[in-house]
Amino acid sequence: MSKFKKKKGGELPVISTASLPDIVFMLLFFFMVATVMRDSTLMVKNKLPAADQIQKLDKKDRVMYIYAGEPSSRYTDKYGSQPRIQLNDKFATVSEVAAFVLAERATKRQELQNVLTTSLKVDGDTKMGLITDIKQELRKVNALKINYTTRIGNYTQNRD
Amino acid sequence: MAKRSAPEVNAGSMADIAFLLLIFFLVTTTIETDSGISRKLPPMEDIEDPPIIKQKNIFTVVVNKYNQLLVEEELTSIEDLRSLAVEFLDNGGGEGEDACNFCQGPGDPKSSDNPVKAIISLKNDRETSYKVYISVQNELVAAYNDLRDREFMRLNPNDGLTFVEAFKMYSDPRTSFDQKKSLKPKLNLVKEMFPQKLSEAEPSKNKN
Repeated sequence: MSKFKKKKGGELPVISTASLPDIVFMLLFFFMVATVMRDSTLMVKNKLPAADQIQKLDKKDRVMYIYAGEPSSRYTDKYGSQPRIQLNDKFATVSEVAAFVLAERATKRQELQNVLTTSLKVDGDTKMGLITDIKQELRKVNALKINYTTRIGNYTQNRD
Repeated sequence: MAKRSAPEVNAGSMADIAFLLLIFFLVTTTIETDSGISRKLPPMEDIEDPPIIKQKNIFTVVVNKYNQLLVEEELTSIEDLRSLAVEFLDNGGGEGEDACNFCQGPGDPKSSDNPVKAIISLKNDRETSYKVYISVQNELVAAYNDLRDREFMRLNPNDGLTFVEAFKMYSDPRTSFDQKKSLKPKLNLVKEMFPQKLSEAEPSKNKN
């Protein structure tokens, strides 16, 4: 029966890759939409403490970040191992916090300037003295809404 | 002249370009949103003649420089903090106009009058570790949330939501306007019943 005659030559049929760009584009768009770019590189250790009574910081445009903790291993030669504050890409002292907040506030839109939240991303092993100093500075410039940014987890994870 | 069809552009490298972009976004992406404990700092101005608060309405929590927890001047472990705070807030020991008609606590006259009057005072040392401080904050907020959940469910049994869930729904931008409008008074009512009165003292200096 000629209908079922085997084709000559055992070559594998070529898989069409014409739809590959479509698939890749689909993934690309997903990541483009979901992406939030990190605007500063971390220069401090930043193992956040865990908490479970938390609220989300949804609107990124009304948040400013203050990092604090021990300088990470790359910077310990230069800056020592005492906990420090990081603002944008630089180490800073407590007295620079107020100026930073004012500068950040000035870059935001008028209607958002009063609803800004300061997110404190502080390493769990930092002492409260530094955080209290930051809080006092924030009070001076009337940036009263703060958020202690944490990992999601139970408080018992904070023990080690 | 014969009509020539337009030459087709080779799209073979399209996939490469797209891959390149894809990898770039894959590397720079951080999908998760930040979350944490939100607090409001008191404004800087000094209050002249501060209101007199009865000692029994204050629940003192102290964390010393050795990260030990003192609740009402007694050494306590952090596991017990939440239940102690709930017991204090929910005590309802007031009489007359201070009486609390929804409290389920023992009504001890030595403890707080009602949740509106009750204040939790948190004090920490400069040497206290941030982890411990966050744990304590977390447990105190949890105490408030537990009580608010209870009252929210009692007042709105048909919603099938706890206070925390309802609040989350309220702050979610996807929730419709009508739903938000119906949630808002319910949330505010419970917030007024259990206002978060968490006062933080200026930290004690380490003198030794």
